Amino acid sequence: MLTGLAFYLFAAVVLVSAIAVITARNPVHSVLFLILTFFNAAGLFILLGAEFIAMILVIVYVGAVAVLFLFVVMMLDISFSDLRKGAMQYVPMGLIIGGILLAELIAVFSAWKFAPNAADNIAVPFVQSAEGITNTEAIGRVLYTDYVFAFQVSGLILLVAMIGAIVLTHRTRPGVRKQKVADQQARKKSDVLEIKKVTSGTGV
Amino acid sequence: MAPTELLLNYLPILIFIGVAVVMSCAMLVLSFVSGKQNPDVNKNAAYECGFDAFDDARNKFDVRFYLVAILFIIFDLEIAFLFPWAISLSEIGMFGFWSMMIFLGVLTVGFIYEWNKGALEWE
Amino acid sequence: MNNEAMTSFDFSSLGAILPELFLAVAGLVLLVAGVLRGDKSTNFIGGAVIWCLGIAAFILIGLEWDRVSILNGMFVMDPFAGFMKVLVIGGLIASVALSMQYLHQDYIARFEYPILVLFSGIGMMLMISAHDMLALYVGLELQSLALYVLASIRRDHIKSAESGMKYFVLGAISSGILLFGISLLYGYAGTTNFAILGDTLSHNMSLGVIIGLVFVLAGVAFKISAVPFHMWTPDVYEGAPASVTALFAIVPKVAAMALLIRLLFEPFAALQSEWFQIIWFIALASMVLGAFAGLAQNNIKRLMAYSSIGNMGYALIGVAASGAMGITAVIVYLAIYMAMTAGVFGVILCMRRDGNAVENIDDLAGLSKNAPKLAYILAILMFSMAGIPPLAGFFGKFLIFQSAVESGLYTLAILGIISSVVAAYYYLRIIKVMFFDEPADKFDAEISLSRKLVIGLSVIGVIFFIVNPSPLIDQSRIAASSLFSGLDDVATPDTAENNTQ
Repeated sequence: MLTGLAFYLFAAVVLVSAIAVITARNPVHSVLFLILTFFNAAGLFILLGAEFIAMILVIVYVGAVAVLFLFVVMMLDISFSDLRKGAMQYVPMGLIIGGILLAELIAVFSAWKFAPNAADNIAVPFVQSAEGITNTEAIGRVLYTDYVFAFQVSGLILLVAMIGAIVLTHRTRPGVRKQKVADQQARKKSDVLEIKKVTSGTGV
Repeated sequence: MAPTELLLNYLPILIFIGVAVVMSCAMLVLSFVSGKQNPDVNKNAAYECGFDAFDDARNKFDVRFYLVAILFIIFDLEIAFLFPWAISLSEIGMFGFWSMMIFLGVLTVGFIYEWNKGALEWE
Repeated sequence: MNNEAMTSFDFSSLGAILPELFLAVAGLVLLVAGVLRGDKSTNFIGGAVIWCLGIAAFILIGLEWDRVSILNGMFVMDPFAGFMKVLVIGGLIASVALSMQYLHQDYIARFEYPILVLFSGIGMMLMISAHDMLALYVGLELQSLALYVLASIRRDHIKSAESGMKYFVLGAISSGILLFGISLLYGYAGTTNFAILGDTLSHNMSLGVIIGLVFVLAGVAFKISAVPFHMWTPDVYEGAPASVTALFAIVPKVAAMALLIRLLFEPFAALQSEWFQIIWFIALASMVLGAFAGLAQNNIKRLMAYSSIGNMGYALIGVAASGAMGITAVIVYLAIYMAMTAGVFGVILCMRRDGNAVENIDDLAGLSKNAPKLAYILAILMFSMAGIPPLAGFFGKFLIFQSAVESGLYTLAILGIISSVVAAYYYLRIIKVMFFDEPADKFDAEISLSRKLVIGLSVIGVIFFIVNPSPLIDQSRIAASSLFSGLDDVATPDTAENNTQ
């Protein structure tokens, strides 16, 4: 009973806040609603038993991505009201495409059935099993061995993302003084310090 | 739906959310109801030392800052891969161990690249 | 309760993925080498990337191409994958060789450029060998991510930044659509492995599968820029630096087409009656749009974009014709198209006046007087693109239309011939501008040796293909027939039993 109640609560908040993301006038409010959407989606994932994805959603999406969004909309010199100008003319087209997708989805899920051998095909039990293996551990048992190929290629993708971010945004500006630790360490007393014997009364 | 034992672990969080929602709503509603509401234009205006608010808080902002944030997200994702690995290490043996080491090695190459490129320096 | 999958892991099975492994390691080493030496090492890194690709090609050719699927059924090696990879590596070498001089001329000589090309190349090779929806997706993303960055690598130039942005946003949407389709298929069948998926789909059907199929095809059609998912192509081709446009035109579509063919004939083989209509339609629409929209273009890069849309349409006819013959025609067509495009872009990259790139068709006016060699080369390539015998382009189209007629696709064949006649107008118009218009100012004369080499090889290939067409056609036939023979290895991955215990 409680799970059902929680499901409808999370689902309703997800829907309402997702709509608020695109209708809010203030972009900062949009991002905050987006964060609310992520949190409630995480709740839905937990109800499904997918703890790992729920936590990743909170850590990566809320903790990093949404915060980056927030920086962008708060700090960046973009007039969001100008951006929104003329967006209304695309609404009919958007509604048509959205309507078609919705109709397809309703058609799919109203007549949904699984292949008879789908359960045999599944490589991994995906929720907490009777032996008390948690969801995260179940992922860990296959991700690094059976799915090592996808895992390593993900590493390459992250590397390319790193290169891309630096190639596109990093600039070295000329004339910036930097601390050169090696030079500091290599400096010898004799290079910079001279001791003179000053006899009193004569000055330097 | 997931097994009930799993969800019972999360019951305290659900109760916490409920309490938080009730408390925050109560604070807003009570202060709205009990306080005296008598707004005028000047009371509602943004307060900026007696001046009108004369420009936007947004201004040109160095893209460097986002670079740091983007690089953070990439390493954040890398960390995300470490959690399942850490708790299943006893099951996946040496192969799983070295598999993660190669993954970390690839990203370490990326780290060397970042560092030498000067992307981590603040100038 | 040790996991069987990794104790029984057989390192010798990694042989099939050796070229990709080699390239990945080489990419990492070169990245470190480059960052230690800075941007002045661009030429060195570029040369090294070409060498590494060459070595990878040798490793690949030295491998056994018998069908084997490794890494838990995620990666497959067969004659089809092997041959397509050879084509892709050839295209990558050509595009890097073409671009090195251009990079210096356009102030984008950064050592990351060849390395990103290398990583996108690894992505393409993984796409070609993908035997699992997950492998498909990671390969596709590796390829696309590197290409998004390359499109906007001239970041101070508004058009380059715009083209990268457009490509990225639309590419992300198409990836989302693809993933949605994959998730529907997974939801139905409970697997992402191509072999098991194909087996499951051949027994039962469901509406969800059809919609999943449509979404997956839409995502892949975006990558080969087939109508109606072509909108990004002209803008990205025009905005990206010309050397990047050359790369876009030469290589990724071959890899995406190989991926599409593998998808259609392995996991979706049983759904042929469903996907046939989709392929039929996008082939037709791409040919017609490529031919007619190209007529109005004045920018040669945009023209090449529409030309590539049209050419993908012709190649899709071969896919629709299915059977080993149709696929043979597609492979031959793609190989010839790559060779021609490499030559054409070699000439486009030479279009510079006073140190600035010019890219309008009018700028070619009177090229026959200013630079006769270049003009004759471009004329030959354009005749070939237009499909005039006895040049190579004619044979590509001929094989495609022949396979269409033999499969009874008369509508596609007739409309294909009509649209290739229409498209011939814009290819021939370039020749007319070069030979009969008042000469414009001269182009800058310096052309690097590597670029001359690529242009020369392309032209020689186009002219002399008729002398001995059989090696290419035979190889393509072997590659294509491997798709239709070795499909009985519906191997259940060994993990299925181990993990359910």
